[in-house]
Amino acid sequence: MAGGREIVKKIGSVQNTQKVTSAMQMVAASKMRRTQDRMEEARPYARRIRNVIGHLANASAEYRHRYMVSRDVKNIGYIVISTDKGQCGGLNSNMFRTLIQDIRAWERKDVPASLALVGNKAAGFFRSVGGNVVAAINNVGENPEVESLIGGIRRMLDLFEEESIDRLDLVSNQFVNSMTHRPQIEQLLPLDPDPEDSYKHMWDYLYEPDAEELIEGLVQRFLESQVYEAVVENTACEQAARMIAMKNATDNAEEMIEELTLLYNNARQASITQEIAEIVGGAAALE
Amino acid sequence: MAATMRCEIVSAENEIFSGEVTMVIATGTLGELGIMPGHTPLLTGLKPGPVRLQMEDGEEDVFFASGGFLEVQPNVVTILADTAEHADTIDDMAAAEAIEAAERAMSEAAADMDYSRATAMLADATARQRTIEELKKRRR
Repeated sequence: MAGGREIVKKIGSVQNTQKVTSAMQMVAASKMRRTQDRMEEARPYARRIRNVIGHLANASAEYRHRYMVSRDVKNIGYIVISTDKGQCGGLNSNMFRTLIQDIRAWERKDVPASLALVGNKAAGFFRSVGGNVVAAINNVGENPEVESLIGGIRRMLDLFEEESIDRLDLVSNQFVNSMTHRPQIEQLLPLDPDPEDSYKHMWDYLYEPDAEELIEGLVQRFLESQVYEAVVENTACEQAARMIAMKNATDNAEEMIEELTLLYNNARQASITQEIAEIVGGAAALE
Repeated sequence: MAATMRCEIVSAENEIFSGEVTMVIATGTLGELGIMPGHTPLLTGLKPGPVRLQMEDGEEDVFFASGGFLEVQPNVVTILADTAEHADTIDDMAAAEAIEAAERAMSEAAADMDYSRATAMLADATARQRTIEELKKRRR
């Protein structure tokens, strides 16, 4: 039987762990507010520019920009958004699972994948799993900035232009609400026509000054805003997931403490009973 | 009643304006643009400068956009600004100071400060001042 002192020690250590997890829960909860605000702020721009790009892809332009032309997919590129830190439940691993399934599906069609990774966790994951990583952005931090993402985006755009990849997807977590986060894979390039667009007849924009230059600038801005939005959204997911994970850990620690206390009381009771029995036994032997 | 169209101004940071207007006046890369309802679809870059919106009741509202894109769809004008602000929030003094700083940077355009960045700074600052003047004219 485990001695009473060992159990007391164990209770103490579980209590310490519980203090840490409950502090982390509270920190995550307060950060979640802020990251959610950022996400809300990034949304209008990202949504509008997606609309404009949708219109653009639908326009029956004389000039088809190479970003709009669908080629046979021989190589696929992914921009993967992950978190920098762990302790956020299955957030990253769920997304990686979805991604790996998608990569496998393409591989069965003999389409190899190239990856641009954002966040330390993705880098760590693909270091152990293996994969063709062409760009990595680490330490995005809690206040991601567009500037820090441009390098990776530029790299994927270059690959698309030199036809080393024929399709570019964005993989990230979607913030449904603070309890639910859904991994999603979204096509960035070639530009996807907006299916809900009501202007389906023949029309085209007037371009000022020049279609090519304009579309190039717009697409660059589009990718930046989509990736930025995904990163900001992922950060909100991260904090929410961490809050939930840490709440679970705190609850589990509580349960464990209760069990250990019960065990300790039993052990204490047992040792008292045994002592009494020994005294009684000794007294009986003297008579 | 005058015909209206929707106008939406968003910047990377947030949504600046959304509502019905009768006319949008902005500075495109090729020059001033006046857009009224029923304009043909148009896509253009924006230069730093004021964006003026004429409301249904004849009022005018002035915003500042430091570059970006403008899209015209039948009945919707979308302005994707790099940074946009309501003209009221631009500080007169700050704009004048920025111009001075930019001009100084250009005259001192030695090896350490690159010239194109200084010109961009100057363009941005003068555009801000132009917006303020526009606003002042209206107040008078």
